[in-house]
Amino acid sequence: MQPLSQLATGQQAVISAIEAEESLFHRLSALGFRVGKPLSIMRRASFNGPLQVRLGTTDVILRASEASHIKINPI
Amino acid sequence: MKRIALLGMPNTGKSTLFNRISGASARVGNWPGITVDLLSAKILLGGHIAELIDLPGIYDLHGFSEDEQVVRHFLTNNPFDLLIVLLNSTQIERQLSLLLQLKKLGVPIVLVLNMADEARRAGITIDTENLAAALALPVISISAKYGEGLPKALTTAAHILNEQKATTNPKSINLLLQEESLIEREMEDLIQKHVQIPATLTDYTTDKIDRILLHKWLGLPMFFAAMFLLFQFIFTVGGPLQDGLAWVLDLVRSSMLEPLFSTSPEWLKGLMLDGIYNGIATVAAFVPIIVLFFLVMSMVEDSGYLSRAAFLMDALMAKMGLDGRGFVMMLMGFGCNVPAIMGTRIMRSRPMRLLTMLVIPFSLCSARLQVFIFMIAALFSTKHAPIVLFSLYVMSFLTMFLTAVLFQNQYKNSEPFILELPPYRFPTPRQIVLRGWQEVKHFLNRASKFIILGVILVWLLTNFPSNVAPASVGTYAGQIGVFFGPILDPIGINHELAIALIFGFVAKEIVIGALAVIYGMQGDALMSQIAGQIDWVQAMSFMLFTLIYTPCLSTIATIRNESKSTAFMWLSIAWSLGLAWIVSFVFYQGARALGY
Repeated sequence: MQPLSQLATGQQAVISAIEAEESLFHRLSALGFRVGKPLSIMRRASFNGPLQVRLGTTDVILRASEASHIKINPI
Repeated sequence: MKRIALLGMPNTGKSTLFNRISGASARVGNWPGITVDLLSAKILLGGHIAELIDLPGIYDLHGFSEDEQVVRHFLTNNPFDLLIVLLNSTQIERQLSLLLQLKKLGVPIVLVLNMADEARRAGITIDTENLAAALALPVISISAKYGEGLPKALTTAAHILNEQKATTNPKSINLLLQEESLIEREMEDLIQKHVQIPATLTDYTTDKIDRILLHKWLGLPMFFAAMFLLFQFIFTVGGPLQDGLAWVLDLVRSSMLEPLFSTSPEWLKGLMLDGIYNGIATVAAFVPIIVLFFLVMSMVEDSGYLSRAAFLMDALMAKMGLDGRGFVMMLMGFGCNVPAIMGTRIMRSRPMRLLTMLVIPFSLCSARLQVFIFMIAALFSTKHAPIVLFSLYVMSFLTMFLTAVLFQNQYKNSEPFILELPPYRFPTPRQIVLRGWQEVKHFLNRASKFIILGVILVWLLTNFPSNVAPASVGTYAGQIGVFFGPILDPIGINHELAIALIFGFVAKEIVIGALAVIYGMQGDALMSQIAGQIDWVQAMSFMLFTLIYTPCLSTIATIRNESKSTAFMWLSIAWSLGLAWIVSFVFYQGARALGY
């Protein structure tokens, strides 16, 4: 298990846990971040910018600091 | 009258659907229980007039953003007859949660699945018939963009409205809203049974475009190059249109209005021709460029490129205490600051919202653009004109960045940055035309309110007391100019320009209208008069001041409403006025010291 922020670009993974306070948890779950869902990182913006994450049919951009709350298992 | 609320997630094409149903009849209005204005329109449905209300796009009925609160407050304060829930077919597996939350409220619902065309292309099949049976409510597949399926959706809505005896009960909704339940499980069950989604959904076109436009190093330069080209396009196409319109307006004056007023008293002729007509004609000549500007802006906005700009710029914005969305608001501010400030509602952290609101008024809006195009045409050669205008845009960004950097410690925040990246979409001509028409309507509305009143007032000030020469130091305007002399002389702004600046506080559209009235001229004659009176250093100082000082009364009122703080509003006014003076002072005195 590792944080999403450390997942290599292009590598597939499955969400194993979301460790966030209530409002962030709500936001993430409304955008489709749920335990057991597969995802992958499409690209990272330069200068340590946000990650573009593909979750099923949705593309989401989020900062590494937010992504570190999402734990994943690479597959 | 029956009342229908339209609700959906962001990026579902909700405003496209609203515009398609309402045509161009929408108006904004107040609603009980909420502090923001909502768009609504009266429509003919099943032989009755019904009111359609466009609620803000939300992700979650129980969320914590201001928009989500607005929706909750609307539902618990206003009875209605029908809820149209709009979801994006291509993302149904996650958006269905919103519908299930709403369904728990026990209100009459029609589920409309938008973007049927995109879903088909992506290989998603939705069995609407069985889904409708499982949900026990009508489900209709549409494409709001092309109008496909819309008649069926409206007939279904009309049918429900006619059956419906009583409106919803806001009190019981309030109670039900408090119960969160097994939504997640129900949702997964429904999706599994009734929706088939290919394992990896790949929108190849979007991916291909993203590979280029979101390139690690070339992405940002390409973004700015694209913006530059769009501006070039606007002025190349808009310039001749503007000249043509100015010619027609001049012709109207000389061949129709002057003979018409030839027998009327001198003062009436002066007020009507040199006052109102000159003022309005000077402003109206800019309408073609403004319309083009908004057409291009709305195309960029609807295309999904702005979310990409947020992605590319976020790292830089984070250093200034803002985020990628803040950058998008700045760009929207180039159209008009007011909607950009209202757009900060998507941020939940108050410090972040306030910092963004403090920054947006420096965004070079279309009204200021008119002033600059006019001044640049009057004082700079065609060779230098693009460079001057470009430098003003650079200055606009610099003042925004400076403000953010200076104030970021006062408005510290830990707002998470999470944003959906929609696929690229290209707006239909209908969408573009409708949007353009709304902007023209907005402009005419402002023109009738502010500009006419403003130019009449300027005319009175420059023509009274009547025993002195018009526009001379003896008039009221002249006296005001003298009064502000000690502050404005050091930045090279003469008395005529000072009057225009004071009126520009109300709305920047008045500035050139006021100049037309002060000098009693329009078009080329006005430009050469001003060019004879001030040099390029003064003109640049005037433009810098115009760029940086408070944009307009509407923006100030919006800042007050959105921040709910009078102190914050005054901070914004004081900071922008102070910064405007300092920048103009440094520029003017610096240029003079260098011998220009």
